Amino acid sequence: MSAYILRRLLLAIPILIGVNVITFALFFLVNTPDDMARMQLGAKRVTPEAIANWKNERGYDKPLLYNATAPGIEKLTDTIFYEKSLRMFVFDFGRADDGRDIAREIRLRMGPSLAVALPVFLVGLLFYVTFALGVAFFRATYVDFWGVVICVVAMSISSMFYIIGGQFLIGKLWHLVPISGFAGGPDALRFLVLPIVVSVVAGLGASVRLYRTFFLEEISRDYVRTARAKGLSEITVLFRHVLKNAMIPILTGVVVAIPLLFIGGLITESFFGIPGLGSYTIDAIGSQDFAVVRSMVFIGSLLYIIGLLMTDISYTLVDPRVRLS
Amino acid sequence: MNAKFWRLLALFLPLAIAGCGDSPWNNPYSAADSGKNILYSSFSERPKHLDPVQSYSTNESTFTAQIYEAPLQYHYLKRPYTLIPCVAEEIPKPRFLDAGGRELPAGAAIKDIASTVYEIKIKRGIRYQPHPAFAKNAAGALIYQNLGVADLADKNVLADFTELGTRELNARDFEYQIKRLAHPRLHSPILGLMEDYIVGLKDYAKKMKEVNVALAKSGKADAWIDLTQYPLAGVEVIDDYTYRIHLKGQYSQFLYWLAMPFFAPVPLEADRFFGQPGMVKKNLTLDWYPIGTGPYMLTENNPNRAMVLVRNPNFRGETYPSEGEPADVANGLLADAGKPLPFIDKLVFSLEKEGIPRWNKFLQGYYDSSGIASDTFDQAVRFSSGGEAAVSDSMRAQGIKLSTSVAVSTYYMGFNMLDAVVGGGTDEKSRARARKLRQAISVAIDYEEYISIFQNGRGIPAQGPLPPGIFGMLDGKAGINPLVYTWDGAAKRKPIEAAKTLLAEAGYANGLDAKTGAPLVLYFDVTAKGAEAKSTLDWYKAQFARLNIQLEVRPTDYNRFQDKIRKGNAQIYEWGWHADYPDPENFMFLLLGAQSKVKNQGENASNYVNPEFDRLYEEMKNMPNSAERQQRIDRMLNVLREDAPWLWGFHPKDYALYHAWYGNVKPNKIAYNTIKYQRLDPQLREQKRREWNQPLWWPFVAGLLVLIALMLPAIAMWRRRERGTAHA
Repeated sequence: MSAYILRRLLLAIPILIGVNVITFALFFLVNTPDDMARMQLGAKRVTPEAIANWKNERGYDKPLLYNATAPGIEKLTDTIFYEKSLRMFVFDFGRADDGRDIAREIRLRMGPSLAVALPVFLVGLLFYVTFALGVAFFRATYVDFWGVVICVVAMSISSMFYIIGGQFLIGKLWHLVPISGFAGGPDALRFLVLPIVVSVVAGLGASVRLYRTFFLEEISRDYVRTARAKGLSEITVLFRHVLKNAMIPILTGVVVAIPLLFIGGLITESFFGIPGLGSYTIDAIGSQDFAVVRSMVFIGSLLYIIGLLMTDISYTLVDPRVRLS
Repeated sequence: MNAKFWRLLALFLPLAIAGCGDSPWNNPYSAADSGKNILYSSFSERPKHLDPVQSYSTNESTFTAQIYEAPLQYHYLKRPYTLIPCVAEEIPKPRFLDAGGRELPAGAAIKDIASTVYEIKIKRGIRYQPHPAFAKNAAGALIYQNLGVADLADKNVLADFTELGTRELNARDFEYQIKRLAHPRLHSPILGLMEDYIVGLKDYAKKMKEVNVALAKSGKADAWIDLTQYPLAGVEVIDDYTYRIHLKGQYSQFLYWLAMPFFAPVPLEADRFFGQPGMVKKNLTLDWYPIGTGPYMLTENNPNRAMVLVRNPNFRGETYPSEGEPADVANGLLADAGKPLPFIDKLVFSLEKEGIPRWNKFLQGYYDSSGIASDTFDQAVRFSSGGEAAVSDSMRAQGIKLSTSVAVSTYYMGFNMLDAVVGGGTDEKSRARARKLRQAISVAIDYEEYISIFQNGRGIPAQGPLPPGIFGMLDGKAGINPLVYTWDGAAKRKPIEAAKTLLAEAGYANGLDAKTGAPLVLYFDVTAKGAEAKSTLDWYKAQFARLNIQLEVRPTDYNRFQDKIRKGNAQIYEWGWHADYPDPENFMFLLLGAQSKVKNQGENASNYVNPEFDRLYEEMKNMPNSAERQQRIDRMLNVLREDAPWLWGFHPKDYALYHAWYGNVKPNKIAYNTIKYQRLDPQLREQKRREWNQPLWWPFVAGLLVLIALMLPAIAMWRRRERGTAHA
């Protein structure tokens, strides 16, 4: 398995380079270094000299990918792509366009992102499995029918609706928690309740339907029929046999999401005022801050690759028949 | 399981309640701050810069204007906007010199004036806010001025520097700041402008650039540059409390710039402190931790969450103004006359990116004031039968007050004068034809309707580029644009027939080219997209269609839009301008030939050139506000109205809501250092917050009971099934 993991890690390098190239190309298709300079220098009274100085100071006055005027290898290294993107492979993210150190900002914002994303992940998993099990338990009854109807309806509603509705009901009408905001330490709990509840409810429909399908598939297997024939109660069958086997596809599906918890949620963080990495990314896109955008895409890609690797490993742990070679 | 559930609940509830203390559960602030004299506001976009040489945006001024003090400021209550001394002793009077350096009498001809000298005397005894850059040891040496990277190991925020100090403001700090305008790494947005006026600044910037390049070549790209080593010819320090600024020629508007943070003092110690190795890596910069002599100092800079300013203990003791407009007495705005400023102890600005939570928190009493978005306008405002805006009944029940003011801004639709169809090309005949076309469109586009539909009535149709409150803009009949309006007790837009006549004179009768018979198609370059913008754009199309002109909308992103404007590839576009200072020059220059966007990368996006207008501009620019100046402005407006390079659009009205506990509020659209004049009644706020935010638990209990009731039949069914006999 070590050889497999090593091979997958080495394969990650060309993938990350590819992601970098695509991010770079997409970003500079829409924004030129001049646009970036204007965004930073403001809309009023900006002179061409000021723009040239800004670009020069930050190295954005170089060619994007190929420097025809440079000698030898510098044709490739004396470019924006080489200087801005490839340094990230040693986790040197540089500075944002406003001069702030990106690595430091990421470290600061990771905590608030995790404070929301981790409970949403854990509580969500618990709720979704419980509800799906309940629906499967009452299969072919009105509970199952209406459960599926509610799930389909819930899936069809935009996440924005849950956020605004949640803020309106729980924060504005019932006055139970702050509508938005964040605080450090134990005081954060008051601010986290609403985004966690809203995020869990927003994901309920799709997840419960999916997990219900896993459970029903297991329920129809021969070993379940055998267990019932032995006289086991339905609850015992469900919890001792069905749940255990249905957890294999569920767990392998959720493991991939674990590393991505660090980068937070874009819309949730923005609406609830959570100072995490999701809102950092949104801000960077809005302000055309390429340094931050490329860093966040790089981290997102890296975490996704790690997530996929963890998924493969988790297969071997939950299903002894699987071997990585 | 039941026991476990109740145990968990018992654990969670005290935690939640403990977090809230005895204040409302939905209180987003610390319970310990309840009832304190703290202003709560919000910001939606993190400020890019807090360094006074770089900061130029309105959202940044919200913070910088409370911290920095420039030599001059605007009177809080007087209108029209009036400059008064801030840290300066008095408004400096210009001394005009000829080419030989001889002093000229006041009122000398502009052509004779080779340079102008402003001598600025500053008040004595003003001290900076407590700051580590000034901290001294027992021997009187600065503690934090020779730090190495290792010394910063445990320093991550400014508060980690425990020793603080202060010192008296002196004239050299102003000189230092003016030099910083030319700092090669700071990119001041006004450097280009000031290089044209401040003697020697251009050469100074060039020299500093060379110094910077030399440092970079020697591997010290981040090394601090000691600006004091390089003299600047245009600034002269006479003594500790006096300095002079030498300007090329005459530039009367310079006084307004002296009221902006660009000219606020920065102490050398602070610049050197933040310039030490390792500081930038730790995000310890002047751009992040401003230092000033103003009424407040920034104690928490976390634009990801909140910006907190507290009262500067060293503030100089300014008092509340004792004169204003006649209505100010009736409105209670002079009740605090002569009292020391500021009234509020602490300012908390929370990051609130989205409008809905911001609005709801205002209604709950957690923000002291709020703007009004278009989707909440009907909830907040109603109009009386006389057209007067007032708060709605629900707002009034909460004691909320409405404040309205016309912004010193203008939103216009511009024609690119380099375009052959709307600009007219090179020969006089084509230009005359294009002029008629622009005039026809000016009459046809009904901005009264636009304001009513899309601005909720918040705006006034513009009669020219000058908004109300700016010298030169006349009210009543004298101020109307006669090309578009007639006077019938009020300005009345001419009928569409008048526009059609002008269109026919332009050679496009009924929207068809008289020569070719082809329909007239015009192109509107916009950045607006999405469903909300579609209705606006459809409205524009319908307005042009009244003249049988087909309007093709060319939506694009803002970058490409700017690119089109810079290269002169747009035909018709929409843009706006907010005044830097309350002088007609600040609007008229937007149409000055020398400011042409394509030719000179200036601010004249229409590339409009009219020698007569340019000549009048040069005459008007440096005149004091007088009948003579008004006469020049009237002539300039006549030229502009005739040429119609813009559809003059509208001047927006700002509506703001304030809670009953927020006092001394008078909208000021030019100055941003106004919080020091405002006051709060924290006890009333606390009482209202408690009243408005009583928690409601019953919906949860009811929901739980409904869920149980719905599950009971299913459980019964399951029990029957479990106990039943198996069937084959």
